[in-house]
Amino acid sequence: MSAPKPKISKEAVPMPKQTPEERRYNFKEVAIGYNQENALLEAQRCLQCREAPCIKGCPVGVHIPVFIKSVKESKFEEAAKQIKEQNSLPAVCGRVCPQEEQCQSKCTLGKIGEPVSIGRLERYVADWEREHGFVIPEKRPPTGKKVAVIGAGPAGLTVASDLIKLGHEVTVFEALHKPGGVLTYGIPEFRLPKKIVEAEAEYIQKLGVTLKTDALIGRLYTIEELLQQFNAVFIGTGAGLPTFLGIPGENLCRIYSANEFLIRVNLMRSYDFPRAATPICVGQKVAVIGGGNVAMDAARCAVRLGVKEVKIVYRRSREQMPARAEEIENAEEEGIEFEFLTSPIRLIGDERRNVKAIECIRMQLAEPDKKGRRAAIPVEGSNFLMDVDTVIMAIGRTPNPIIKQTTEGLVTAEWGGIVVDENGKTSIEGVYAGGDIVTGEATVISAMGAGRRAAKAIHELLSKK
Amino acid sequence: MFKIETKRSLAPGINLFSLSAKELAAKTKPGQFVILRIDEDGERIPLTIADVDLEKGTVSVACHEVGKTSKQLGRLNEGDSILNLLGPLGKPAEIKNYGTVLCVGGGVMAAPLHFQARAFREAGNNVIGVVGATTKNHLIFLDEMEKTCNELYVATDDGTEGHRGIDFLKDLFIERKVDRVITEGPVVMMKAVSDLTRQQGIPTIVNLLPIMVDGMGMCGACRVTVGKNMLFGCVDGPEFDGHQVDFDELLARLKTYTPQEKIAYVFWEEGEKHQ
Repeated sequence: MSAPKPKISKEAVPMPKQTPEERRYNFKEVAIGYNQENALLEAQRCLQCREAPCIKGCPVGVHIPVFIKSVKESKFEEAAKQIKEQNSLPAVCGRVCPQEEQCQSKCTLGKIGEPVSIGRLERYVADWEREHGFVIPEKRPPTGKKVAVIGAGPAGLTVASDLIKLGHEVTVFEALHKPGGVLTYGIPEFRLPKKIVEAEAEYIQKLGVTLKTDALIGRLYTIEELLQQFNAVFIGTGAGLPTFLGIPGENLCRIYSANEFLIRVNLMRSYDFPRAATPICVGQKVAVIGGGNVAMDAARCAVRLGVKEVKIVYRRSREQMPARAEEIENAEEEGIEFEFLTSPIRLIGDERRNVKAIECIRMQLAEPDKKGRRAAIPVEGSNFLMDVDTVIMAIGRTPNPIIKQTTEGLVTAEWGGIVVDENGKTSIEGVYAGGDIVTGEATVISAMGAGRRAAKAIHELLSKK
Repeated sequence: MFKIETKRSLAPGINLFSLSAKELAAKTKPGQFVILRIDEDGERIPLTIADVDLEKGTVSVACHEVGKTSKQLGRLNEGDSILNLLGPLGKPAEIKNYGTVLCVGGGVMAAPLHFQARAFREAGNNVIGVVGATTKNHLIFLDEMEKTCNELYVATDDGTEGHRGIDFLKDLFIERKVDRVITEGPVVMMKAVSDLTRQQGIPTIVNLLPIMVDGMGMCGACRVTVGKNMLFGCVDGPEFDGHQVDFDELLARLKTYTPQEKIAYVFWEEGEKHQ
């Protein structure tokens, strides 16, 4: 007779977090992470469904029930190996993936209660592996083929890791002084500690990938020149250019693009100024314009820099905010205020050209259009002034034009993105692209998914030659 | 790491460094700039490239010691290294045969201006050079400009050498037909030159180096108003039509971090004393 099955808890093991009072004053990670006991308990909840709907929700197809089974059996090294067959950046994905929209949204347990916390378990396994020393997987024998990867962000690192394991020689060119792309310059320390990104990049170098920082492709070498030295090229340069509203006063001082603000804080560690030499200039009243994850990141950085009053100004209402629910909650807990249905129309400066106020207008939502999207319409006569001393524009990013400008024959869309087929192949033979440079601003994991597909296509191409 | 191959003192607090960076040197054109970072805690600063030596594989930059990073760089010597060097950045200068080109360089920027002046001369132009500085012993690159240009004028703000200020250019424009003006230097000087040439209707190119972080289009800190457009110094520039640039805005934006720069300097200087 088999032992009675333990009753499965409808509730997930909660993520231990720093309290809002604590975390307002530091840049340490907000979510502390499961301990072993938490992880084992949570892994118990997985039903090990045969059809594994969760896998279909994962853009890179991690064999989720397989690794969770290993966790359940305390075989963490095994679990790490299983995740890494599909995902080369698990410590990152476990932290920043929107699991609630992906794997966890498909979890069978979700029908009766909370889904299994796949992301938290992935993070636990990846952190366990990092702390116990990475195991370097076996590589296939060298093929003698060389691949150049442009951009050491999520897409590029995935391509590099997939192709090096298949025996190709891979060189990654990164324009900034550190690898990681948006993981390094964009996502703040308190959501994704930089030591984790560094460790992931180190791991990929241990696999044998050559990383060249300070190498801006388009200026230092053109794609054409790379094709003379490499058998294939992958472009993963992301959506790096900031967008502004195009309203009067946007060039006043103390108006930042979210990109600039986050680059200063994350990549240059301005929070440690003057020890770290890059300054940042915030007053006591900061307004962040926009409603996405980047807006939340910028606002939460401002709180940690000691700003008393941080407001998020968004033109639609809370329901339409593109940011993850979890991030909106975190922001609220940290005392950030929200001005919904509000849109800036003009920025006003003082005699030194520092911004001192935003003229805003209230908005209302129209009836849903055919796509169900509700347009925001200004309410006439509702103008008002909002006192501020710093403004951060977090209204989206567009592709970097340098490669487009310097690569003849590379077909791009009107908005600047590179046009590719379903395998990531561009209009130039041997040149592939993926991630935000193709799709526009999207998630880390979707860029990694695109990287995987391109790596597969590049491998097929190189195997033919 | 990028090694300092040579260091040459040009004037008090102004040094010319040649840095070992073979691939960068091979790709550099006059008008472009680099971003460098000295060490792990360092900031990224833009410097206009003053020359390249293709045989030795070096690029040179001139640096005037004004704040923490420039002073820290000034204390480095031949054989020392800096951590990061990115470039060449920005669009190259438009070098063509325009006829007579007037090259006006102020302060430390006379060094990169010389790089352009030489290219204009090689392209067949009659090149008139102007080297300016606040005072006599801050004048740099006089010999180089003398050799490169068909004629050379010197100006100082205090009149200790050559002309006092740049008002003499007014007379020059009456006497001579100038087809194009290139100016690199302090913003106030580029503004003054552009104001003079606007009256004369002479196309004038200014080489701007606003505050920037990444230097490749990401941060938008270097945005300048040119005509009715918001352009980025790093990817749309560094060269712009001097008659269209909003210099007052640029000046204000350059002062954004003045208090912080002082703090950074004092902090660093204290740290150095305790070493």
